[in-house]
Amino acid sequence: MSEHIVPRSTYFIIFAALLVGTAVTVFAARIDFGPMNDLIAMTIAVTKMSLVLLYFMHVRYSSRLIWVIVAAMFFWLVIMLTLTLADYGSRDRFGPQSPSNYTL
Amino acid sequence: MSNQLTTEARGQEWRSRFPTVNYLNADYGIKSWLLTKDHKRIALLYLLSVTFFFALGGAYAAAIRLELLTPQGDLMQSHTYNKVFTHHGIMMVFFFMIPAIPAVLGNFLVPLMIGAKDLAFPRINLLSWYVYMVGAALTFAALLAGGVDTGWTFYVPYSTSYSNTFVILAGLGIFINGFSSILTGLNFIVTVHTMRAPGMTWFRLPLFIWSNYATSLIMILGTPVIAITVLLLALERLAHIGIFDPRLGGDPVLFQHMFWFYSHPAVYIMILPSMGVVSELIATHTRKPIFGYSFVAFSSLAIAVFGFLVWGHHLFTSSQSVYAGMIFSIISYIVAVPSAVKVFNWTATMYKGSLSYDTPMLYAYAFVGLFLIGGMTGLFLAALGLDIHVHDTYFVVAHFHYVMVGGTVMGYLGGLHNWWPKMTGRMYPEGWARFAALVIFVGFNLTFFPQFLLGYMGMPRRYHAYPVDEPLWQVLHVASSGGASILAIGMLIPGIYFIWSMRYGRFAPANPWPATGLEWRTPSPPPTENFITTPVVTWEAYEFRPIEEMKVVGPGEPDQPVGGQHPINRGAEPETRE
Amino acid sequence: MATHADAVEAHGHGHESAHSALAHHFDNLEQQREAGALGMWVFIAQEVMFFGGLFLAYLIYRMKYPTAFMAASNHLDWKIGTFNTAVLITSSLTMALAVWATQVGRSRKVQVGFMAATVLLGLVFLGVKAYEYNDKYVHGLIPVAGLFNPEPKLVQEWTEAGVTVQNVQMFYWLYFAMTGLHALHMIIGVGIIAPIMWFAWRGRYSPEYHAPVENFGLYWHFVDIIWIFLFPLLYLLGVHFGKGH
Repeated sequence: MSEHIVPRSTYFIIFAALLVGTAVTVFAARIDFGPMNDLIAMTIAVTKMSLVLLYFMHVRYSSRLIWVIVAAMFFWLVIMLTLTLADYGSRDRFGPQSPSNYTL
Repeated sequence: MSNQLTTEARGQEWRSRFPTVNYLNADYGIKSWLLTKDHKRIALLYLLSVTFFFALGGAYAAAIRLELLTPQGDLMQSHTYNKVFTHHGIMMVFFFMIPAIPAVLGNFLVPLMIGAKDLAFPRINLLSWYVYMVGAALTFAALLAGGVDTGWTFYVPYSTSYSNTFVILAGLGIFINGFSSILTGLNFIVTVHTMRAPGMTWFRLPLFIWSNYATSLIMILGTPVIAITVLLLALERLAHIGIFDPRLGGDPVLFQHMFWFYSHPAVYIMILPSMGVVSELIATHTRKPIFGYSFVAFSSLAIAVFGFLVWGHHLFTSSQSVYAGMIFSIISYIVAVPSAVKVFNWTATMYKGSLSYDTPMLYAYAFVGLFLIGGMTGLFLAALGLDIHVHDTYFVVAHFHYVMVGGTVMGYLGGLHNWWPKMTGRMYPEGWARFAALVIFVGFNLTFFPQFLLGYMGMPRRYHAYPVDEPLWQVLHVASSGGASILAIGMLIPGIYFIWSMRYGRFAPANPWPATGLEWRTPSPPPTENFITTPVVTWEAYEFRPIEEMKVVGPGEPDQPVGGQHPINRGAEPETRE
Repeated sequence: MATHADAVEAHGHGHESAHSALAHHFDNLEQQREAGALGMWVFIAQEVMFFGGLFLAYLIYRMKYPTAFMAASNHLDWKIGTFNTAVLITSSLTMALAVWATQVGRSRKVQVGFMAATVLLGLVFLGVKAYEYNDKYVHGLIPVAGLFNPEPKLVQEWTEAGVTVQNVQMFYWLYFAMTGLHALHMIIGVGIIAPIMWFAWRGRYSPEYHAPVENFGLYWHFVDIIWIFLFPLLYLLGVHFGKGH
């Protein structure tokens, strides 16, 4: 067969890393980094996700087509989040205050 | 009840009506249709379903046009009218326009065009039809139970807090129907990636495949968002959770963002396959390769990608930030460019081509002209300043009908005519077909052109009445309704002759036009497994050759290489699969 | 043991004389495997957009009501959330090992054993979630009009922080919608792995053919990834509440 077989040891290492990551994110949440809170939490989450994607889901050993699909997944999610934020992020922020209940 | 013929004998009799054993007569009985895994039969099942919903949506359109003959709201009350245009929109958008070309022509042709025996997941293909039917049944039930009056766009807060119609039932039907779309798109993507015949490289694919592939990308990435939006709408309506309700801290515009995130790419789901059909029609009926093949191929992908970046242009007047509006407006202009590329390339293809006036080509001509108008008026609407004035007027209605009917439906009809011989093994009557095409063209323009004028003068959409002291408005509305009746007659004519042709039409050869493309290298109608031998492709797309060379392998003919050459590709060297 | 063969698509020169699992429209098992994996990835891409809509709603409302979200998150027990996260990560490990077992041709017992462990851990996760939901119900925190009756002590705590009950309710509906949809996907997953376990017990999966196990594994890991994001976004916000923002 042509597929790459990931050794069990790799799986255990990744598993340990994921548990460590979970512990780190819990401890980091207890410290107030101010505006960096979200960034740190998301960085840890993205790292954990990457480990699952690359090793548990074998993306590291998959064809370029699979990489393109995974990249496209993120790209589209980012489009949806970013362009909607373009609206919400720019309301009431520039120009004269419009009468509204939103306080951003 | 004594039956003269046994089932076996009836099967024989059915089979004997056709000169060959093909997918239509290979198996007999209703179970063989309802439990089929053959993509060609599934395409015909879809054909029946979408035609039914097209007729239903058309009936609602007739009611709309009847009401608008007079300025007063005298045919029906306003809340009835609200239901009528809502049903027209829902039936047409979700149950006709989105599935029509991909699920009918796409399902039938994608495996044939790439040289495969079936789609990658035949049972999922059948599932997608059943899911469509379940969604359709639920929505139909909502209609029968009393209907929905929110507009097909289901805007909040009306749909969540104030409407007392069957919003959730209809929404559930649409939610389920979305999965049909997703499964079809999934099937196409995997099929095109993994099941192309040997030698069929990406840039030898017919442009219809490129279009359907791009459409499938949109289906996969956009439809789930409307699914979650409808789910949230139902939750809000049922449980008043507050997501869209300003009184509870929510934002109604968030609904619009989420709704249009799908529904704008959805319109590209509607138009892209039709553009693919038109590429095929123009190449076939001018006997020329499409000018700038790779540009047209990439433009399909560009439309799919850019189509996801413009949804805010539906929110220009909805308290969306002006700055976001500017971004969406600019990108809306950019998304028109790939469409324009296609129009230019089709025109260049026709230059010095061997033009025919067969029915499919008549529809292709109609598409090019009408899509041009529809697309350009879309650009008018993409301009922030102008949109303020014409948003929610008949200008918008005229714009999207030009692209949807003048675009998609023309392409759909042209495609049905072009591939009817392949699908059924019969020719439709050419004289009647050309006449019908003309009637449809005249009827369509008479219906929708006056609506541009009406909208520009300020006639709002979704209104059942208009001012009495604007006599010109009534003139235009009467013209529009007159056109609608002509259009309806024009649509009925193919309905009649297509059915007639299944019994009495002239038997069609494998390649009647003749055209290039693997689907024409197999008998009409094809056998269940599509090709007797797997084709090996050694020629480029749209390589028109002298007619003698376009040999077809049919039953009874040698399917092994003869004299070192495969019958299906004389003069070719078999290539290894990439 | 495991080989380190390159996973770049091999040319499918399969000489299998029609493996019983080979479908009629595919030329060989390799093409079928490739198609199946691709199909599952495309499905996962679609699921990402499905959940993405909820993440969008979360993002918008979190930006609008940051304090309210922190206050509301305070009453989600992060210890339970952490436990559940660990459970789900472990189930991902056992699922990966189940796929491995079919890839290298371990016995049916080993294959089914790993799958059973995955199911068990999944059920533990769901059980804990059910306990959590019940806890919310008991405290009157179900965000449905008419059922949202938080204790006066809580309401006072929130009012003192300058947060309205409605905005807290917003958080809770997001919590229920996102974790509920996630739990639904897990239930569906448990439902799908049952026939796979049955087939594994019948000895159907081998190094030549184990596509269903592999593809289900992809689905299960995807569900895990969603939770990896849900956990910090929902459970770990409220830890600073009270210290000011």
